[in-house]
Amino acid sequence: MQTSATTPPLAVQGFTASFDGQPAIKGLNLEILPHERLAIIGPARSGKTTFLRSLNRLNDLSPGFTHSGKILRDGKDIYDADVDVGELRRKLGMVYATPVPLPWSIYDNLAYGLRLAGIRDRAKLDERMQAALGYAFLWDEVKDRLHEQAHVLSGGQQQRLCIARVLMLEPEVLLLDEPCSGLDPISTAKIEDALVALKEKHSIVLVTNNTKQAARASDRTAFFLLGELIEIGPTAQIFTRPAQKQTNDYLMGQFG
Amino acid sequence: MRLSPVTSQRLAVGFMWLLTGITFAVLVFILAFILVHGLPHVTWTFLTHSPASMGREGGIFPMILGTFLVAGLAVLLAAPIGVATAVYLSEYTREGRLTLVIRFGADCLSGVPSIIFGLFGFVFFAITLGMGLSVLSGSLTLALMVLPTIIRTSEEAIRAVPTSYREVSLGLGGTRWQTVFYVVLRSALPGISTGIVLSLGRSISETAAVMLTAGSALRLPRSLFDSSRTLALHFYLLSREGISMPNAYATASVLIIAILALNLLAYALMRRFAVKVGH
Amino acid sequence: MKRDKVIGAILLAVALSAITGLAIITVFIFREGVPIILRVGPRQFFLSTDWDPSLGHFGILSMMVGSLFVTVGAAVIGVVFSLSLAIVLTQFAPPGLSAALKPVIELLAGIPSVVYGFVGVVTLVPLIRQWLGGPGLSVLAASIVLGVMILPTITSIAIDALQAVPKSYLEGSIALGATRWQTVTMVLLRAARSGLVAAIILGMGRAIGETMAVIMVAGNALDVPRSLLAPVRTLTSNIALEMGYASGDHRQALFATGVTLFVIITILNTAALAISRQRAGKRRAT
Repeated sequence: MQTSATTPPLAVQGFTASFDGQPAIKGLNLEILPHERLAIIGPARSGKTTFLRSLNRLNDLSPGFTHSGKILRDGKDIYDADVDVGELRRKLGMVYATPVPLPWSIYDNLAYGLRLAGIRDRAKLDERMQAALGYAFLWDEVKDRLHEQAHVLSGGQQQRLCIARVLMLEPEVLLLDEPCSGLDPISTAKIEDALVALKEKHSIVLVTNNTKQAARASDRTAFFLLGELIEIGPTAQIFTRPAQKQTNDYLMGQFG
Repeated sequence: MRLSPVTSQRLAVGFMWLLTGITFAVLVFILAFILVHGLPHVTWTFLTHSPASMGREGGIFPMILGTFLVAGLAVLLAAPIGVATAVYLSEYTREGRLTLVIRFGADCLSGVPSIIFGLFGFVFFAITLGMGLSVLSGSLTLALMVLPTIIRTSEEAIRAVPTSYREVSLGLGGTRWQTVFYVVLRSALPGISTGIVLSLGRSISETAAVMLTAGSALRLPRSLFDSSRTLALHFYLLSREGISMPNAYATASVLIIAILALNLLAYALMRRFAVKVGH
Repeated sequence: MKRDKVIGAILLAVALSAITGLAIITVFIFREGVPIILRVGPRQFFLSTDWDPSLGHFGILSMMVGSLFVTVGAAVIGVVFSLSLAIVLTQFAPPGLSAALKPVIELLAGIPSVVYGFVGVVTLVPLIRQWLGGPGLSVLAASIVLGVMILPTITSIAIDALQAVPKSYLEGSIALGATRWQTVTMVLLRAARSGLVAAIILGMGRAIGETMAVIMVAGNALDVPRSLLAPVRTLTSNIALEMGYASGDHRQALFATGVTLFVIITILNTAALAISRQRAGKRRAT
């Protein structure tokens, strides 16, 4: 989209995130490349979710949050004082582990992001809605039911709705935090298929506890352990010939 | 002689149903007692005319207006201030000792008897600020009386909104106020409006505090600085002084019907909002 | 973003004024009432039954006892009826009936206190006078009327407390072969104990603050009541009855009575809060 082919959408440099003095991520260095699906795997408490929430500055909401290091977007640190956080969050769309449909109609859920940004033109909303739902593989299922309450949808549909909801804002990066946990295999497969199509226009960061999902549904994989990035590389390579022993142990199920 | 468990159960549950029945019988009795004696005297003339000879004859129009003004103004003042305070406390500040103290204070004050607010209103508004016994003194006093309740119920309703909703809204680029306005308040609306309607009901029923602050003038209030008598107070004075029993019953009937209508409205509002919000 | 800051500032201003206003009330009442307690002497004020404003005697013991009797009486009635209501509605009534009856209970809460007092004076007081003796205007009458008035308060909190008990507790008991009633007494009530106690305390707080209904049925005599059938004056009625014509020391003494009420009710409310929170903490710890 707006990102140039040479500048990665996000560059993380020596980033440390702490809550009340306790570091959850330590000295992280990685890049998120354009049009890739990056999976982040690792056992619980590795800092995976903290990392995701640092990218769209949702951690700002937690009272004891402090950080050091930088996260650059188009060369500028997103934690600079003059950054428009709202715009940042619109461009880095997040989907949570549990689908959170707002207690409104499907239409209102989808339109909310744009309405927040001041865009109310019905025609534009409808147009984007069709595109977003299409990319989320949800259009056919809800096109005649847009004014029904969102919570009547099944879990898998709700999650795809949440994906469509962030797509409405035409983000550059999608941040997905274990989006398929609790979903049945069919819904999971649909979402994974959607991700394949989505990477043409977006970069995708997919946090997952399910290593098999990472193996299926990503181009690169990063392994986090206790707040540190242990290893990152092409998915095929990570899963067949990991460079680090810890990565190998985790994948073999020795811990986690 | 030991009773079998099944027999004990029958006795106990039977007894409780009896008490339940008595409770509802009492409620029905009270309502019926008043309405049966009073409704026949509630005529259009009664509702639209002023009283004569201390309320022995005539109607209760000034009291209806007085109640409307005093209670209405009180809630009109307390509701926005109370909701705004609740919003500020739950959305704009961190949880800390200060918010705990404030919440404790609001909890305490919402339990303080109305007579104490009446005391305060009398000395502070009527005397110190020189407003005298007036609609204004009365409504300001009642506003202070219901303010803690509105703050508390609004805060509870706001905190009941799931955090995930707020995160979704912020994650989509919303500002704090947008999140509060479009998501939090919208979802908390049933609880907040119930608290407001309850406060309105309480203001309408209130007697002790208005007696001391709004006075008991029989005339139609022509400004906020005039004293005025509310329906509840009028009923109290009519019955206590034995001035006119039929009128007393009639006044009470009007009062009760107003409150019943208010309760129904609250109930209907809650159901309509809850459905819309999709719970 | 700028707009957000402006709105935040407005909300802060409103919140501060609201809180300030409420704080002023508290300070004011104490400021008006405490000096006279000190001047008359706390022991004299709280422990003397001699209340005679014209002579400058301000002892509120008889009224404190009056409030106590009436509140305890109301609590007894309130507890018996409310608990039954709450248990029936949550455990034994079909769901449709429960849902229909709950708003009706709320209706009881909406009836003005003067109406309760009136019905009490016209129906209950003569009954007491005829069948039990005495003037009819009595501790008993006030207790009954107040008991009915605090029913909705106690019932709704009790219902919440009962419904908060995890279903697994109840199912476990039934699975062991207990009857529903045995489950209620041995499991449900014990598990909900703190919430129920809190409900009763809050009900008592409401009863002790009630003014109009009590004035109408309690008799308002200044002596310490000797029996259930004796007339009584409570702290609240005292304030309401004399405020209109009190001045100077007399008025301050009434404020002091208000301070006493304020403190008592705050203690009750805090106790209720502490009790319900303590149990919740315990449950979470296990």
